[in-house]
Amino acid sequence: MTKLDSKIPEGPIADKWTKHKNDINVVNPANKRLIDVIVVGTGLAGGAAAASLAELGYNVKAFCFQDSPRRAHSIAAQGGINAAKNYQNDGDSTYRLFYDTVKGGDYRAREANVYRLAEVSANIIDQCVAQGVPFARDYGGLLDNRSFGGVLVSRTFYAKGQTGQQLLLGAYSAMARQIGKGKITMYNRHEMLDVVKVDGKARGIIARDLVTGEIERHSAHAVVICSGGYGNVFFLSTNAMGSNATAAWKIHKKGAFFANPCYTQIHPTCIPRSGDHQSKLTLMSESLRNDGRIWVPKNKEDVEAIRAGKLKPTQIKEEDRDYYLERRYPAFGNLVPRDVASRAAKERCDAGYGVNKTGEAVYLDFASAFVRYGTEKAHVEGIENPSKEEIIKLGQGVIEAKYGNLFQMYEKIVDENPYETPMMIYPAVHYTMGGVWVDYNLMTTIPGCYCLGEANFSDHGANRLGASALMQGLADGYFVIPYTIGDYLANDIRTGPISNDSTEFIEAEKEVKDRLEKFINNNGTHSVDHFHKRLGKVMWDKVGMARNEQGLKEAIKEIRQIREEFWRDVRVPGELNELNPELEKAGRVADFLELGELFAMDALERTESCGGHFREESQTEEGEALRDDVNFAYVAAWEYKGDPKDEEVHKEHLEFKDIELKQRSYK
Amino acid sequence: MDLTLKIWRQKNKDDKGGMETFQISDVSPDSSFLEMLDLLNEDLVNKGEVPVAFDHDCREGICGMCSLYINGEAHGPDRAVTTCQLHMRKFKDGDTIFVEPWRAKAFPVIKDLVVDRGAFDRIMEAGGFVSVNTSGNTQDANALPIPKVDADNAFDAATCIGCGACVATCKNASAMLFVSAKVSQLALLPQGQVEAKRRAIHMVEQMDHEGFGNCTNTGACEVECPKGISLDNIARMNREYLSAAIVSED
Repeated sequence: MTKLDSKIPEGPIADKWTKHKNDINVVNPANKRLIDVIVVGTGLAGGAAAASLAELGYNVKAFCFQDSPRRAHSIAAQGGINAAKNYQNDGDSTYRLFYDTVKGGDYRAREANVYRLAEVSANIIDQCVAQGVPFARDYGGLLDNRSFGGVLVSRTFYAKGQTGQQLLLGAYSAMARQIGKGKITMYNRHEMLDVVKVDGKARGIIARDLVTGEIERHSAHAVVICSGGYGNVFFLSTNAMGSNATAAWKIHKKGAFFANPCYTQIHPTCIPRSGDHQSKLTLMSESLRNDGRIWVPKNKEDVEAIRAGKLKPTQIKEEDRDYYLERRYPAFGNLVPRDVASRAAKERCDAGYGVNKTGEAVYLDFASAFVRYGTEKAHVEGIENPSKEEIIKLGQGVIEAKYGNLFQMYEKIVDENPYETPMMIYPAVHYTMGGVWVDYNLMTTIPGCYCLGEANFSDHGANRLGASALMQGLADGYFVIPYTIGDYLANDIRTGPISNDSTEFIEAEKEVKDRLEKFINNNGTHSVDHFHKRLGKVMWDKVGMARNEQGLKEAIKEIRQIREEFWRDVRVPGELNELNPELEKAGRVADFLELGELFAMDALERTESCGGHFREESQTEEGEALRDDVNFAYVAAWEYKGDPKDEEVHKEHLEFKDIELKQRSYK
Repeated sequence: MDLTLKIWRQKNKDDKGGMETFQISDVSPDSSFLEMLDLLNEDLVNKGEVPVAFDHDCREGICGMCSLYINGEAHGPDRAVTTCQLHMRKFKDGDTIFVEPWRAKAFPVIKDLVVDRGAFDRIMEAGGFVSVNTSGNTQDANALPIPKVDADNAFDAATCIGCGACVATCKNASAMLFVSAKVSQLALLPQGQVEAKRRAIHMVEQMDHEGFGNCTNTGACEVECPKGISLDNIARMNREYLSAAIVSED
């Protein structure tokens, strides 16, 4: 248990970060030029970190598997980014953002980290505006805000439904500037396949050039992993096809503890699946819950008629609709946190009220928003006695200005016009709160190896609030790592360049090559996807939205079996020394097959329900999640011991000094 | 649906390449174009053949990675979508579909349908940014009011996903729409004013250097752009460039 030192600074929570920044070591500008830093991943965390570290003077080598750093999956984030600016004068503050985040995370996050996140949040908006990020503005030219789930204020900044894109392009442009200056060396179409430790410290990585297939050794004084989450362990998720856990899993196998792997966010508003051909699921931004109302029919006959195509949802009378979130949670209504909204949808669908052919869909209806906005718009434009049709048309215009791209995306996928008929939505795997364990400095349990953004575990506890992922990625990259990494690198100013000819590099490279050759020479009978889909099904059925002891035990056994079959029977066509997407996938799925087992083990051990982790054995009489603070107010950090089944758990006990620990309620 | 696919195969950048014909059956009209290719590849793997390489990632039309020239159109027959958002319901049972990579001198083919778009990154590195370091003391975001119409126009330009459809579509393989989107975004915002002249000149220079063709205002790029980036941006960039070329001291 003594192995975990979170290094939380002393003092009152509001002073910790400032004090820490004053206390830690700093590397002088001339010495920064002598130090190399590797950044893996170029999403919001990696892009922001690479740019900021290069601006400080470090020599940065950045890696991404896509053909350009601008394509990292942060780009797909839609709704917005939180910041405690209090521009709306609705009582927001650093403390309130801190409180909402800890509560939203169901009291399973580290207080000091979350407070720092809230503290730097306002800076992020200033920084992004300075870069030219075109946030939405009102007619006075000032920044506009919207509201997200789990909070009672409007603190979310946005750029229509493309906030992630605009923020990432901001970070990308900051990177581009440094690449142009030669301070960042960019390695596109490269994948990190292992970390290299020298004298116990992270001193480099082994990467594969995905175009030539060449295996490369890259050395540095520190390694920063910003490779995103592991939602694709479920096969179907809102992640990009290439999103993977390999970098995070490799450092785990070399000594970085992996924390709370079972904390997964199942997002309530995704487009329901249509068939077996499906390769991924598409999110509809949570911001839609600002204006959309979620419902299913009250009567089973109506459900049957809808499924049979005999009845349209617009024909169902108001009194025959069950707005179940408004019914169950009057205070937060449609804006309850994601985990609560997802489980409520599952509850209705399991009870037989799902509205599409698969029985796994609920309505998200904008009809009342059209009327509300249309009335307001008619008033603004001085239209007297507008007709109902005019009002709806005006209202649709307002909604289009707010969410136009989302409505268009929905129509393209589902082939239905969401302006005329309510959208259908269902929960899907979206984000992983769990990840590599890091201390207050964002360093993992491998000295010199840092982990940022979704890849780490630190800020969201057991459930992440909407618009907080972008905030955390950028906070880590722009405002935390540039300071904290100096404290470590201050000891490296005399080290000189790290050689990549050492035995450690040679051995790591050989290990990587052997594994790739094994894939190519395996000559099995099934494709990589075949195994990935099987893993995904086990994960979704037994380690998904609701979990129980028996299912988890079965899942562990089944995943192990799939893993054995995979290694025996996978077929990877093509060659080593060429662009070979099947080979790339094979490596990623091999890692998911190990991570999946640890995921289920973690879920099995945590017999309480908290946030996105719902154990059927632990619920209230009303079916709400029941936390167990006496036994589970800790972070479960797993240490790799040669095989997933031998992983050892270490506990970091969470202390709540500034927020009272209590059962979450959104009623 | 049963389909005949004629797909460009090219082993590597030095290979000559050529079209290859495939038959595929039982395609769901609800599947996306890329899911149809997944099905084909699964089939090829099962037969022990090398699957068709194509670029893709987010599969929701925002990352800009997917890039296919389908039946002679960038991102296929549908409008305002990327290939990953194109659905098979846009085709008919029994159709023959031609699939090729982006074709432009500045976008060399890497393998099959995958091309190298590094030229776009290099253009951005030449000036597609505001020179501002990360700082904990940046002025308050609301200290600089920006008229809504300017902010909205800047946003519209900034939604470019850098996929390269404009280049692939243009008979001159011109990158004007891509470059002008970034020049416009920053020219419309006060933050971008300080470097506006340098930016226009350097980005255009880099664009020419990469071997992209000239713009002859045919407007094909705007039609095929999955994000509806407007030709107005090209006009704005021409204005920016011209004025910069006259007065710049660079």
